[in-house]
Amino acid sequence: MKVFHFTEQPYPDAWDQHQGSLRVVLPNRVLDPAIAAERFHRYYDEWKLADELGFDIMVNEHHSTATCMASTVIVTLSILARETKRARILVLGYPIAHRPDPLRCAEELATIDVVSRGRLEMGFVKGVPYEIPVANTNPVFIMERFWEAHDFIIKAMTSHDGPFNWEGQYFHYRNVNIWPRPFQQPHPPVWSTTSSRGNARVLGEKGYVIATLGSGYNTRALYDAYREGWHSKGRREPPPADRFAYLALVAIARDEAEARRRAELVAGYPRTSSIVSPPFRNPPGFVSVADNARLLQGKTPPRSFTKDGKVVNMASASVQELTDAAIMFCGTPDQVYAQIVDFTQHAGGLGNLLMMGQAGHLSHADTVDSLTLFAREVMPRLAQFKQPVAA
Amino acid sequence: MATGSTAVTVAGVRIEMVERGTGRPLLFLHPAIGIDPAAPVLDALAAKARVIAPSHPGFGGSDQPKDMNTVDDLAYFYLDLLEALEIKNAILVGVSFGGWIAAEIAIKSTERIGHLVLADPVGIKVGDRETRDIADIFAMTEPQFNERAYFDPAAAKRDYPAMAEADLVAIARNREATARYAWTPYMHDPKLKGRLHRIGVPTLVLWGAADRIVTPDYGRAYAAAIPGARFAEIARAGHFPHLEAADDFSARVLAFAAGRD
Repeated sequence: MKVFHFTEQPYPDAWDQHQGSLRVVLPNRVLDPAIAAERFHRYYDEWKLADELGFDIMVNEHHSTATCMASTVIVTLSILARETKRARILVLGYPIAHRPDPLRCAEELATIDVVSRGRLEMGFVKGVPYEIPVANTNPVFIMERFWEAHDFIIKAMTSHDGPFNWEGQYFHYRNVNIWPRPFQQPHPPVWSTTSSRGNARVLGEKGYVIATLGSGYNTRALYDAYREGWHSKGRREPPPADRFAYLALVAIARDEAEARRRAELVAGYPRTSSIVSPPFRNPPGFVSVADNARLLQGKTPPRSFTKDGKVVNMASASVQELTDAAIMFCGTPDQVYAQIVDFTQHAGGLGNLLMMGQAGHLSHADTVDSLTLFAREVMPRLAQFKQPVAA
Repeated sequence: MATGSTAVTVAGVRIEMVERGTGRPLLFLHPAIGIDPAAPVLDALAAKARVIAPSHPGFGGSDQPKDMNTVDDLAYFYLDLLEALEIKNAILVGVSFGGWIAAEIAIKSTERIGHLVLADPVGIKVGDRETRDIADIFAMTEPQFNERAYFDPAAAKRDYPAMAEADLVAIARNREATARYAWTPYMHDPKLKGRLHRIGVPTLVLWGAADRIVTPDYGRAYAAAIPGARFAEIARAGHFPHLEAADDFSARVLAFAAGRD
């Protein structure tokens, strides 16, 4: 199992000033650039440490929000491509449907792959609903635009015989011939995220890496949809564990009380992530007409479940509930290892643990200690662990 | 298919349509919230005209063709509909988003249109680049929208859990279709204002005096861009005067079309 260290690079210093929305409308006046600089450097130091400790690395971007200062993940990737030595560098994700220019995306990602000497893992995402009002992309066409951008980027990365032409629904180019071409052949591995069975199946058909967040003990249903898609394309062997990824919060310490203290800080992520003005939570066309009709009736399908089927609301759950739902792995190294193994058995195989090892107000000292402890006490055992392989 | 509607297929697109009354044809183009066949305004208009009130492609129970994604497409669709129904000398009436469609039709051809009535239409850009002429309805909660859109917001409140499944689906479709056609540029076509001079039929621009989605000043600018157009406010109505002042609205439309006003 690979373990990726992830932080959203939060700016929690402004979390108490949200007035109902930490996203879209929170004025940037409340960000002190000097504090932001300290935080950015600190988060990069932690990724460098993660690289040295044997972790892989995950980065992302969001916009106009104090939950995540990284608004252009290309900057993050560029710095890490040079500052780290061995870690795989996963962007999860790059919201390609929101970018006006996928040619630029292909050039950026290919360059990062070359500079990192082939360490880029390329996650493309639809993005959360509250990215829409900032990017101003028409939410009705977001998935069509996503797949056209995806098709274009893959073709740009895999075409080596001179320019090709592109006259699509959303993008037009005369001479596509990217320099440099990517280091990895035919292109860096593709990942994506989803919370729907339909999209999980599509990812399975393509054989990409599927990642889920907050799906807890409902994850198996999504992975099984992936497996159906995988087999539907005539593949005989079941998908290997490295096709599956799960993002979890991790709070680890030598004793349980300290782990709980860190967990309360890390839980700042789920507790703030959805603080956003209601109209921005569900842009028109972002979910299906049938789903919107159900929402009008007041029916909101639950997303997270504990092992025994209890519904957990990420935004308001206690640390114990988050742990019961496998949204968080929390405790001593023994406990954290046992929780990860138990969840992996549920999932039927999990090759990539995306570990939110820093979130909220968790300090640099705490983060360094947690990463070091995890690397010494948990990672070697996970490396020895024999993955289940569900059909 | 909403009760009171019939299905027609025009240019390969199946839509639902209310057809009621006799006399001169009146094509009524609904706003983004759709049209209820039981709306009193349709009966009031049908007392003196042959009312044709379709649900736009993608709205209500009408099909959404995959390749239709601009108001320009809708305008061409309605030109096809006027031709298919062999309509002549129509009274073309559009409210809000429907008014935008009506204006886009009229700049293309008024061959089958005798009078044009635009009520609280959107569709043109009036202010500078940092001024939003039309309130961002996608950045509002429903109570906030009602507060700005209605003279009497309390009357606009809807009890969704008590509504029929088909009506909820229509509401969800209306919202999605509105974004489909009007997300960006937001609620307008940058070219439209410069083309309004082409409208050569008598035109009346009506405005709900309490409209705070689009203000009466925007309406005056709209009317000023159409040769000879008249502008009038309707009291005790907001963005949807056909709902809040159905009788006053209908009387003005019919009087204008009869040349009496």
